Amino acid sequence: MSDTEKFPASLYGPAERRMAESLVEIERQALLDQRECECQDGMFNALTRRGLLMGGVALGGSAFAVGQARAEAPPGAIEYHVQPDPTKEQGRLILEDGGYGSRSQFENEVRWRYPTASIDSSWSMTPLASGKGMITPSGLHFERHHGGIPAIDPARHELLLHGMVDKPLRFTMDDLKRLPSVSKIHFIECSGNGLTEWAQPTLKTVQGTHGLTSTSEWTGVRLSTVLEMAGVQDGAAWILAEGADAAVMTRSVPIDKAMGDAILAYAQNGEALRPEQGYPLRLLLPGYEGNTHIKWLRRLEVSDKPFMTREETSKYTDLMPDGTARQFSLEMEAKSVITFPSGAMKLPRPGFYEVTGIAWSGRGKIKKVEVSADGGATWKEATLDGPVLDKCHTRFRLPWTWTGEEAVLQSRAVDETGYVQPTLAELVEVRGLKSVYHLNAIQSWHIAPGGEVTNVHA
Amino acid sequence: MFTRNMTLICAMGALTGLMAAPALGQEGNRTSAALPETLDGTGERAPMKVPRSSAESVGEIAPAENAYGVGQEATEEQIAAIDIDVMPDGRGLPEGSGTYAEGEELYETNCAACHGSDMMGVSELGAPRLIGGRGTLASDAPVKTVESYWPYASTFFDYTHRAMPMDAPGSLAADEVYAISAYVLGRAGIASSEPDSVMDAETLAGIEMPNANGFVADPRPDINE
Repeated sequence: MSDTEKFPASLYGPAERRMAESLVEIERQALLDQRECECQDGMFNALTRRGLLMGGVALGGSAFAVGQARAEAPPGAIEYHVQPDPTKEQGRLILEDGGYGSRSQFENEVRWRYPTASIDSSWSMTPLASGKGMITPSGLHFERHHGGIPAIDPARHELLLHGMVDKPLRFTMDDLKRLPSVSKIHFIECSGNGLTEWAQPTLKTVQGTHGLTSTSEWTGVRLSTVLEMAGVQDGAAWILAEGADAAVMTRSVPIDKAMGDAILAYAQNGEALRPEQGYPLRLLLPGYEGNTHIKWLRRLEVSDKPFMTREETSKYTDLMPDGTARQFSLEMEAKSVITFPSGAMKLPRPGFYEVTGIAWSGRGKIKKVEVSADGGATWKEATLDGPVLDKCHTRFRLPWTWTGEEAVLQSRAVDETGYVQPTLAELVEVRGLKSVYHLNAIQSWHIAPGGEVTNVHA
Repeated sequence: MFTRNMTLICAMGALTGLMAAPALGQEGNRTSAALPETLDGTGERAPMKVPRSSAESVGEIAPAENAYGVGQEATEEQIAAIDIDVMPDGRGLPEGSGTYAEGEELYETNCAACHGSDMMGVSELGAPRLIGGRGTLASDAPVKTVESYWPYASTFFDYTHRAMPMDAPGSLAADEVYAISAYVLGRAGIASSEPDSVMDAETLAGIEMPNANGFVADPRPDINE
């Protein structure tokens, strides 16, 4: 059958026919190339058909010498053939990605693992420096696990609700998805965010100093919905949340929070939760420290007292200079950081730069962000990108002209309660240097005359 | 690498356990999802299946009264199967007991590889020190251990029972956790270090930890403007 018969003029215009014919030709060549590939011991297995077709000729002897025909695309990307002039040849075929898209092979931001001694206990941080807007891509949301990332089939996962309730209940994931739901955009911040920065500037980048905060749209069932179904008894004051990971992670949550804005979340940014974010179900406690947002949630137990789990006694408590430790310091206080320019960048030359960053508060909305370019001597109010949401990253921006002289950039957030983000000196004066958690001080980035941006205490 | 391998072994153990567990009314064990089926005629991908309530019958539906016909009542047995938490007053402690001497043997087998026979921890493994450090919390170099910092013995039992040892979390029987508690708290000078001394629900709940009164409620906001 000729191509003219395949694509008759009654159904195809001239342009469509040329397109269809070229696709047939591409397919034919690709199939030929695939056969060549097979006879070469799978040397090109990693190449896409189109990549081989378009790039095969250009591959020099060196590629054969190393036995590798393509470079590694960054995580989350597929390396497609790069056209010398994309206006002169057809682009890649639709659904070549299998029907689930990936980012460009030219984008390379990745989470970074904080180098703890043991890889079994560590955390990965969000690359805030290149972040845009308020949403964190799901694949870049920070991680903190205490027993690895379980792979759970949602068809086999249940949530048990018991304790001081009239009727203990079991829910399958299907059950939870049948209940009234909400979608809310909230940040989650680990209370250990910045723990390296108390005594001296330690990490170089904003990913290292502030990358344990991320924002997603979360969808799920209000925790209050299932608590009302079960009937909370008089005297109930706390609720234990427990995960189905190897740590069987547990935290106690005040019942008022549970009956307030807490969500049993099964979706993140419009799709199911990512496994490292608790798939198929996590607790979301807007504004509370990240550790309480129990992932892989399997059990809720209502009680009159907190359970005093390991995480809320020996960890996630804040040691004060007098030797006492603050416990259940759950709310994340207002905080902001300039993400551009930020540590380890280099401004190429004096000129216009838009200073931008994020601000957030666990006690409500951000009311104001001010920016200083002189280490806090003078401040200018930044523009806030709307919508400004409750307990959510808020993007701020301020146009700035760098004259080429030394500068210290800082940002200072004020939330709707009137709380003003403190300086590090103010925090240390009250809390000392041993409290580890809840560092929400103003961050300083020093700009050297050469344009180098460094993390400083100023 | 050592600990990573241990984690792998533990993951395999967990998988075995999972496969032995009864499926929740679902078909077999899956390792991943299949792509949505294509519909006859148009070839479109099928949409999600409408989630089905696990309730045997939906009964009377009254959303205003929290009656959605969704979910099931949990039985005592179902709750007991995963209700493992222990509270400071001893609520939740299982039956059983163990001695200091039994604990010493169990500790050497299950705990010493990471926490050290001397209980001083092995930092390269991320395994914390368990004993010592009393009187250091107000100093410039606080040492936070079970002995110096943990406010409740129940927490030690609960955590050891649910998440230790790292290469086989949740594998220790109640008697074993009582014995290990007797040994570690004995070595810490908190409980008796007589080889025959017994730890059980009653003795554990009666233990007063050195730092029991070391915690205060969150006073924030605490910074004056």
